[in-house]
Amino acid sequence: MSSTFETVAGIIADTCDIERDKITAESHAINDLGIDSLDFLDVAFAIDKAFGIKMPLEQWTQEVNDSKVSSDEYFVLGNLCANIDKLVAAKSA
Amino acid sequence: MRLEYFQMVDRILALDPAARTIRMEGLVPEQSPIFEGHFPGHPILPGVLMIETIAQTGGWLVLATLRFAAMPFLLQVKEAKMRSFVVPGQHLETEARLIHDGSGYAVIEGSISSAGKKVADAEIRYRVVPFPNETLRAQMLETARRIGVPEEYFHAA
Repeated sequence: MSSTFETVAGIIADTCDIERDKITAESHAINDLGIDSLDFLDVAFAIDKAFGIKMPLEQWTQEVNDSKVSSDEYFVLGNLCANIDKLVAAKSA
Repeated sequence: MRLEYFQMVDRILALDPAARTIRMEGLVPEQSPIFEGHFPGHPILPGVLMIETIAQTGGWLVLATLRFAAMPFLLQVKEAKMRSFVVPGQHLETEARLIHDGSGYAVIEGSISSAGKKVADAEIRYRVVPFPNETLRAQMLETARRIGVPEEYFHAA
């Protein structure tokens, strides 16, 4: 998880021009870091490439819009990294 | 090509969704109101229409890859380069490679060539969403038939 977070934080810092020090595992990508949907797709593309996965953004967005889960589940970076780790594990299983 | 209708490609030369590649061609018309303004005495295809040409080439690849289940809309243009002028009557070949089929988005690298020389290239990103209505989907399928998309890519495999 820690290396996942370092990778994701680096991607966000580079892609969204956000100071690395402001990015923590508790940061909410949208509410705290102010990443908009277009920039988030840049981040998603970079994450997909870096980890060789396909984050199910449509499913996640639908679940949030349907109030099945809080946006924290997918957009708080610690949680996002845990979900990335699950996708990576599922890929190599 | 019918520039006023944003028909920027005429025909598919090769389409291989499994290999994530497409090649197309288009003939820039001799006459168009666009050339009256861009530019008087020096008619050239606007760079934004060269980008649109690359975007449409990649768009057909995305559509065929998804079997027309969703529509790609232009989201982002990265690293576009217009390397030389394109003039009325010029024959263009375009190609695109799908470099990522994401969830709700897609990314291609595409280019335009003429007489074997690259004239423009860009990375294009699309937001991929359900067709907003059946009218658009039907129109896209009709255009797909006209430009030579094989019927096998019209529906889910």
